[in-house]
Amino acid sequence: MKNEIHPVQVVLYEGLGAEPWERECRIGVAGTLLDQGYSVLRITARTDSAAAPRTAEGIPFVVLGRFEGAPPEIIDGAGGRSVATRDVAGLDAPGIVALVAEARAELGAGLNEPGGQGAWKPWFPVIDYDRCTNCLQCLSFCLFDVYGIDEEKRIEVRNNDNCKTNCPACSRVCPEVAIMFPKYSAGPINGEAVRQEDVARESMKIDISSLLGGDIYSSLRNRSEKAKSRFSKERSPDKALNERKRCLTQLQKSGLIPAEVLAELDLASLPSPEEIQRKAKELAAMRAEA
Amino acid sequence: MNDTPAAKILYCRCAFAQVVPATTKDEVLAGLCAAETPFESFADLCEMSARRDPRLAEAIAGEVPVRIAACYPRAVKWLFHQAGAPFPDDDRVEVLNMRDTPAAEVVASLLGSGKEPNPSEP
Repeated sequence: MKNEIHPVQVVLYEGLGAEPWERECRIGVAGTLLDQGYSVLRITARTDSAAAPRTAEGIPFVVLGRFEGAPPEIIDGAGGRSVATRDVAGLDAPGIVALVAEARAELGAGLNEPGGQGAWKPWFPVIDYDRCTNCLQCLSFCLFDVYGIDEEKRIEVRNNDNCKTNCPACSRVCPEVAIMFPKYSAGPINGEAVRQEDVARESMKIDISSLLGGDIYSSLRNRSEKAKSRFSKERSPDKALNERKRCLTQLQKSGLIPAEVLAELDLASLPSPEEIQRKAKELAAMRAEA
Repeated sequence: MNDTPAAKILYCRCAFAQVVPATTKDEVLAGLCAAETPFESFADLCEMSARRDPRLAEAIAGEVPVRIAACYPRAVKWLFHQAGAPFPDDDRVEVLNMRDTPAAEVVASLLGSGKEPNPSEP
């Protein structure tokens, strides 16, 4: 993944051996930390005492409380070097949030902060296997290798990070309305319950072949083969780029991919002609087997 | 005395997008913070799913009921599945949709009937 940082786990400890916090302080701390990208676990006297927090590998813990005695037990499942405990008695919400930032820095833990510079927005397709018929249209359609096939030859989302932020195009070509983007604004792409009219809607039943005069990979493969024969004479990288631009223009005209997404595409990051040919062959083999 | 085991409560802040109304998110969090009930909250369930975060599987493990305040149930179910933490086949996991449901209704469902937030709590 582009960003391997797991959210830091902050524990608001108000269980046995600690005083409860004021409600406004609790709301302020929890809300601010969540907005900054932390996970927040609140422990109260009602928490099952047998369920002490347990650290996991790669997930740092910051435990906050107004402790009356020794701090609570944290079961160390991660090697004991990723837990920081802080007494927050006398601190207000901003003071506590600042203390968490200091503790995180001491632990050397990163943070994928929403809205922060370089933050990764979790935008990727989610498959509803209750609806998916494994037709592999999405695999054919996506140029960015987001999809793959698992050991049971079933479609899966393999490379989340390859997905182009705010592009829901593959969900529009899914004939079963089985692909969701939970952060999309409108249903049923956002995960809203699927209605019969959604399935019937023409935009949900786009035949990929109508887009580019055939299977997109077949089309690109043909393009790349034609281009290849010319390259052998001309060896022009500019022409290769022009091929891709033309293909993207056709996609743009189709209305499937938002213009702003296409505008941000790095043409050089698109699959090479060889990769396209390889994937086309793989798809043909998988379809033959199916 | 009610012998029903207390439900585990999960809350998603959906911090990377504005698709859940801010007022709903804030009011549900305030409702949870006003109660004496423990809860677990995530900045963004989608992010956790993308990272296959082990806390998702831990959160729904066991036999106690789980109530999740997040997004559309269909999306949440398959986000967990994609993270390698599929929901159990029974109805033990309940998803409450903050995109469409009023905050008061979500809070009441999370805390269970008759467990309204305690205004006298500090």
